[in-house]
Amino acid sequence: MADLSVHFAGIRAPNPFWLASAPPTNSGAQIHRAFEHGWGGAVWKTIGAPVLNISNRYAGLSVGGQRLLAINNVELISDRPLDVNLREIAEIKRLWPDRAVIVSAMVDASPEAWREIVMMIEDTGADGIELNYGCPQGMSERGMGAAVGQVPEMCELNTHWVTSITRLPVIVKLTPNVTHITDSAHAAIAGGAHALSLINTINSVMSVDLDTLQITPSIGGRGTHGGYAGPAVKPIALNMLTELLTDEGVLRSGVPVCGMGGIQTWRDAAEFLLLGAGAVQVCTAAMHHGYRIVEDMIDGLSNWMDDKGFAALPDLTGRALPQVSTFGQLDLGYQAVARIDPDRCIQCNLCYVACNDTAHQCIDLVAPGGVRVNPGYDPRVNGRAVADTRPTPVVREPDCVGCALCANVCPVDGCIEMVSVPSTQEHVSWDQLTARRPEIASSWEAMMAYRKEQGIEIH
Amino acid sequence: MTDVPAASRALQELLPPFGPHEASAEAHRCLYCYDAPCVQACPTHIDIPTFIRKIATGNLRGSARTILEANFLGGTCARVCPVEELCEGACVLNSEEKPIAIGRLQRHAVDHVQERGVQLFRPGPPSGRRVAVVGSGPAGLSVSAELAQLGHTVTLLEKRELGGGLSTYGIIVLREPVEVALREVDAVRELGVDVQTGHELTDRAGLDVLLSEYDAVFLGLGLGAVPAMGIPGEEHLLDGLRYIEDSKIRPEVLPDAQNVVVIGAGNTAVDAATVARRRGASVTMLYRRTEAEMTAYRHEYEFALSEGIGYRFLTQPVRVLSGGGRVTGVECVRMVLGPPDAGGRPGPRPLPGSEFVVPCDAVISAIGQEKPALAVELGLEVTGGYIAVDGAMQTSMPRVYAGGDCVRARGTASTVMAVQDGKYAAAAIHRLLSSTLEAAHG
Ligand SMILES: Cc1cc2nc3c(=O)[nH]c(=O)nc-3n(C[C@H](O)[C@H](O)[C@H](O)COP(=O)(O)OP(=O)(O)OC[C@H]3O[C@@H](n4cnc5c(N)ncnc54)[C@H](O)[C@@H]3O)c2cc1C
Ligand SMILES: Cc1cc2nc3c(=O)[nH]c(=O)nc-3n(C[C@H](O)[C@H](O)[C@H](O)COP(=O)(O)O)c2cc1C
Ligand code: SF4
Ligand code: SF4
Ligand code: SF4
Repeated sequence: MADLSVHFAGIRAPNPFWLASAPPTNSGAQIHRAFEHGWGGAVWKTIGAPVLNISNRYAGLSVGGQRLLAINNVELISDRPLDVNLREIAEIKRLWPDRAVIVSAMVDASPEAWREIVMMIEDTGADGIELNYGCPQGMSERGMGAAVGQVPEMCELNTHWVTSITRLPVIVKLTPNVTHITDSAHAAIAGGAHALSLINTINSVMSVDLDTLQITPSIGGRGTHGGYAGPAVKPIALNMLTELLTDEGVLRSGVPVCGMGGIQTWRDAAEFLLLGAGAVQVCTAAMHHGYRIVEDMIDGLSNWMDDKGFAALPDLTGRALPQVSTFGQLDLGYQAVARIDPDRCIQCNLCYVACNDTAHQCIDLVAPGGVRVNPGYDPRVNGRAVADTRPTPVVREPDCVGCALCANVCPVDGCIEMVSVPSTQEHVSWDQLTARRPEIASSWEAMMAYRKEQGIEIH
Repeated sequence: MTDVPAASRALQELLPPFGPHEASAEAHRCLYCYDAPCVQACPTHIDIPTFIRKIATGNLRGSARTILEANFLGGTCARVCPVEELCEGACVLNSEEKPIAIGRLQRHAVDHVQERGVQLFRPGPPSGRRVAVVGSGPAGLSVSAELAQLGHTVTLLEKRELGGGLSTYGIIVLREPVEVALREVDAVRELGVDVQTGHELTDRAGLDVLLSEYDAVFLGLGLGAVPAMGIPGEEHLLDGLRYIEDSKIRPEVLPDAQNVVVIGAGNTAVDAATVARRRGASVTMLYRRTEAEMTAYRHEYEFALSEGIGYRFLTQPVRVLSGGGRVTGVECVRMVLGPPDAGGRPGPRPLPGSEFVVPCDAVISAIGQEKPALAVELGLEVTGGYIAVDGAMQTSMPRVYAGGDCVRARGTASTVMAVQDGKYAAAAIHRLLSSTLEAAHG
């Protein structure tokens, strides 16, 4: 049984699955229940300035009949009075000493406001503070949340106010609504942050209702942008995590990063961990299915670690990071082609149409007799027997550029594989090539000459 | 009479309609194959991936149009097609998991527009040409709908009281309610087709009148009644087709038999047996060959078994027994299979001295349908009793076309084949009318 315990910026927890600061962590009673289900930690729903929430604050994204691939919210921070939250935080920490209890906070950008709330949080016995510089809606208009997170100087200054007065670990939660996530990270580190977490929600307008013609959610006939989260944002979150954990400034500082954004299962979590996250947080998946999902998260991660021979989380943390490169460092001589397993192919011909219409026209349809045929059928023949006469797609390998579109559209697992094939081209990266022959980057003639040398023919 | 509500419930459509979520989930399962095998396998070549995708995107009206453009009787076909043999049988997901429920999705889309009375098609600009269609079954309706959309004036003559042919009178309610069939007759009327029921074509003189009044004639006569068996006690046999018809149109006249014997093992026999069974009788089917030679589809046979219908193979009825005007049983003889007969199947022979009695209080004969006798009367060439037609559905007589069961000398007769015949015939008739139109003006 793998050891899932976490030691993150001085905060300890029995497992890396923490509930993110959001509706699932809105009250003591909820977090108590969540901990009973096994969550390793919880970041309390952001406390701070008085707010008034409005109705109809969530919109969901459904694709292909699958519901809640993302959620978009126009919710504010906790609308429960500060003293109630603080009292419950203290109680939860007393009841659950082994779990990570972190308090998310957001106040006006002033040293006094931060000092006041930090003192109150320390008094609860919580394990850490998370600074919410991320919420993109509602609070940012009041000069908080993303309004701080998006301006590195503000981020640094606010962080500094907090880190200079507290003995608790301070996690700065970053907003993804910036061009360079590393700028925000550097600012937070400069302000003394002990850890970073990301991503908060992304600016979004979820949809327009085709029946009512209203923007969703429609709040009394008006709509506004909201914060986007859930499975659909995972690739964005993974990218930002990767950017941080391959950034020299961040690496030098040694601050750990807590990853979140679209984690639904232990598999998603394992990806964050492999890209260097020290722990993960979950919001939308819990909102969709309830706290119970953590059981499989713990069980699945631990079984997978056992299978892979990882005894504890540090064995796997960041294992995928060494693969991270820039485009300029990739091997231009690497060559892969699509190979179809005829025994698995069900002849849906989706690869054929994808390649033919939108890639490089290198898949042929071959009839059972071995003859290349065009799509189309004999209208006089019908009945289930036609399935036996159906042509099979075959890749013309010399013409395949290895774009992998077909492998992505094929509905059968393992049916189309991208196989690496020996290449006659030189193994060189773009950076190396253009350092040696800079003209290739600026002249088409030089480029064509190089292609000719290498025998590269593009159809 | 037994509990009427329960009995009528037992005779409701077997498969419930898809709910919106069910339809959407099933539609999303479809891979949207390219050059899809299901399209090829459908005799009317409905663009199945397209209509299913339209269900997935919530474009139900567009979906129905895609279906009905290729098959005007898409609502009936969705219910009665042997989908396991056709579209669903060819679905690529057969090898992976379960094929897409194409028939039920088709029904979902077509019902959506038909229940709302949405008109998707209009008559074409008038061509000034007139066509008479005889018989309002699937073949007649299909050809009428096509021709009306091409602008020709169509008169549809039907000898019975209601239009729709076997969809109305022959397909058991478990599969298709009468309203659905009648909706399709109405849809043809909406296209301006003059549907005249109670109007029978009886002889050559009648055909000549039609040929003098119309530019072309299409015959969609279907087949006849259940043929006589020629056994003693014949007068006590219930006609299987009539029995099914009564179950649809006037269920109150059906006899209340407890032990029913059905003679035959084809689709009609299974249907009649199912109705009797659903009405509470215990039902035995007699077939003179074995399971292997049955003409019923495999899934039909299995359905019959699951309904609790019993089979007795290698059994030939030789006499209907009665007493006091009531049926008491069927005397049968055991059969053995011999060398192949003309049809290529092993020929059954009676085993002398093996007579036995199957007790029962009603016997239904469902051994097929009579060939279209009228064909000979009209002076048309026939093959094997069916009206002879060429590839364009033209009969031996100029300007006379035919399609559906009355021409189906080969292959299994089915609604969808009749619809496709109607399309082929309409295309040929349109070609004929267009060329003579040009000639007249030229
Ligand atoms: C019991 C039974 C069950 C069946 N089940 C299925 C099934 O599940 N699936 C399937 O695909 N197929 C099934 N079939 C077959 C299917 O019903 C037929 O193939 C289809 O109806 C043929 O259409 P049609 O237009 O050729 O003929 P019909 O439907 O028979 O229509 C012929 C029409 O012409 C009229 N007519 C005939 N002669 C004249 C005349 N002289 N003047 C005026 N009108 C005339 C008749 O009254 C009738 O309305 C079944 C058939 C039977 C008997
Ligand atoms: C309805 C809702 C309310 C949220 N409220 C807060 C909040 O008060 N404070 C905060 O830091 N993040 C808040 N978040 C952001 C989440 O903590 C988290 O960063 C984001 O949802 C991404 O994770 P997920 O994809 O697992 O949901 C909220 C998210 C949602 C969906
Ligand atoms: S997409 Fe896959 S399953 Fe479909 S035809 Fe191509 S190889 Fe076969
Ligand atoms: S008409 Fe019949 S065979 Fe054709 S797609 Fe519809 S249900 Fe399938
Ligand atoms: S073969 Fe099956 S999966 Fe493919 S388009 Fe037809 S119904 Fe859909």
